[in-house]
Amino acid sequence: MSARPLTPTAALRDAALSTLVAFGLFCALIGLKLTPTDAGMKLTDRPAALAIILGAVFVGRLLMLGWRAWRPAGTPSPRLLAEGVTRAGRYVGPVFLLLALTLPLYSGRYVIDVGILVLTYVMLGWGLNIVVGLAGLLDLGYVAFYAVGAYSYALISTTFHVGFWTALPVAGLLAACWGVMLGFPVLRLRGDYLAIVTLAFGEIIRVVLINWTNFTGGPNGVSDIPRPTLFGLKFTGSGDPDTFAAFFHVPYSVTQRFVFLYYVILGLALLTNWVSLRLRRLPLGRAWEALREDEIACRALGINVTITKLTAFAMGALFGGFAGAFFATRQGFVSPESFTFIESALVLSIVVLGGLGSQLGVALAALVMIGGTELFRDFAEYRMLIFGVALVVMMVLRPRGLVSGRTPSIALGARKQIAAELVAQGRG
Amino acid sequence: MAEPAKLLDVEHLTMRFGGLTAVSDLSFVARAGEITAVIGPNGAGKTTVFNCITGFYRPTSGSLALAHADGRRYALEALPGHRIARHAKVARTFQNIRLFAGMTVLENLMVAQHNVLMPSVANGLLAVFGLGGYRRTERAAVEKATFWLQAIDLLKRADDPAGSLPYGAQRRLEIARAMCTDPVLLCLDEPAAGLNPRESEELSELLRRIRADGCSILLIEHDMGVVMRISDHIVVLDHGKKISDGAPAAVRADPRVIAAYLGEGDEDEEPAPLAAGVG
Repeated sequence: MSARPLTPTAALRDAALSTLVAFGLFCALIGLKLTPTDAGMKLTDRPAALAIILGAVFVGRLLMLGWRAWRPAGTPSPRLLAEGVTRAGRYVGPVFLLLALTLPLYSGRYVIDVGILVLTYVMLGWGLNIVVGLAGLLDLGYVAFYAVGAYSYALISTTFHVGFWTALPVAGLLAACWGVMLGFPVLRLRGDYLAIVTLAFGEIIRVVLINWTNFTGGPNGVSDIPRPTLFGLKFTGSGDPDTFAAFFHVPYSVTQRFVFLYYVILGLALLTNWVSLRLRRLPLGRAWEALREDEIACRALGINVTITKLTAFAMGALFGGFAGAFFATRQGFVSPESFTFIESALVLSIVVLGGLGSQLGVALAALVMIGGTELFRDFAEYRMLIFGVALVVMMVLRPRGLVSGRTPSIALGARKQIAAELVAQGRG
Repeated sequence: MAEPAKLLDVEHLTMRFGGLTAVSDLSFVARAGEITAVIGPNGAGKTTVFNCITGFYRPTSGSLALAHADGRRYALEALPGHRIARHAKVARTFQNIRLFAGMTVLENLMVAQHNVLMPSVANGLLAVFGLGGYRRTERAAVEKATFWLQAIDLLKRADDPAGSLPYGAQRRLEIARAMCTDPVLLCLDEPAAGLNPRESEELSELLRRIRADGCSILLIEHDMGVVMRISDHIVVLDHGKKISDGAPAAVRADPRVIAAYLGEGDEDEEPAPLAAGVG
């Protein structure tokens, strides 16, 4: 915005105009109220409430104009900001890792449970980040792979009576296969069209899960899914020699199982992170990023765009499947209603909010969004409102996410942060 | 002196888009070790020819035969785009620069060596665990990138994002990126567009050097100074048809070429450079 000198009259006129707009918006929304009475609905007017809102808008606009006029000249450039965030990120990352590793030592069962939930979404976010952040393929149906992983584990373990650790890779691979299957039809699609087809794919999986009753149990889902074991040691209070408590001669407590689950998902999430970080520095990951930057140039350089896209879908789906299997074993029960579109939207907003392609950003965003909604549990009815406002404010202030910018995958000298404006967002 | 071997043999190439014939029955030959220029007024179909050669369009009819020095032959009209670059070794640049703007200069050159670095997806996944002899290949790739960065004088900016380079440097980088795929034929779509005279001179020097290193060049260019200075052979297109074909001096004197540039309503654009060349 150009620095135009602000006269008090102009400011007042601007504020009055804003108030007028606010009046148009709110005169019916807030000024009128329908109350049910015995004789039907009664319309009452609330001039006081309307006046308060309009007053707030007027004063708020004046303050905003004042701030714009008086704040010190020279705002920090986005580039500097990005570099600052990255420099801070170098310390924030390890600190958070340390906190995550030691969390069970000083927190109760509730916090650990929330931690498990947050880490599940961190893992989902990191998995989706491969598809959306690196390869630039907008995927609105990521929950499909989460569901495939969860149901794979649920059905394999209850049918063939195999444990979590045996079934986990199978569940992941099955999800990856579905990733490739989704990949094939959408290879030619870009941007909005890709998003819509992936959205439909997510819904198809859910609808199949609901309707294929004799295979998936339909809306009733699959229950009695076995819990994970630590090298064969169960986490139950039965006192048998193959339980954790009896083997280590410690008194049994329910928390042990939660702590174990917590470390399992922490391990899985860190694996996702490690693999994505490794892949980014390898030709495959670089090809994904090149694909996001310019698909046509990729073809001209002899990169097989088909294979590259499919591997991105498969890798993303693999980790989605792992997370799904973990979800199934944690809950002990899966049903189609856990895999609705809102889950895809949530994971995608975690990735977008965190900053496409940024591992740390995604983790922070998952913490804020999942942990945050847990925090606001007491204000149940305002939760989604706060959530929505936070998203809007965030996108206005930092349109490219919490941690924007990109670290080069290879460098001759020192790695310099690349400003987010140069990095393409991908058109699918 | 014996004529150099045929590298690319274009025969009866026709490309139609619906009712529009962009290229009609075009035949010409690009020889190994030569710089062949394709020139013509705007809309003559030059870029369409390029897109056919590099697999971005499938020709309506006609054949594009590429012969490597070792005798292997490729029918470019039937190969998918990425195979043309990978196996037939035809690299290209674009009229509107298509660099990976958010990746560094070095990364751009590394992506170009994708097929050397990653023979298969399985190997690519093995490399996650540091297996498969990946490190050695990567070091060689960085060396090759460094060599080309020196050649285009961008070594100092290797770690800067490609999108932040000045225009002329982006053009040079795109050529270097294409060269990192080890092509036998380099197709350049208006490499001198938007360059100042000094930069055009440097570009000519770079192209001569690439030719001397054994890579043949197919060049679309409007800057007649560059074309006349470095081409061994010129093909002139107008309205999708070939109107002249031969050595620079012969083409320059060809009345049909002069008519195409001067006589058919392209006065605003082309006469000055050609006239300079003719004079």
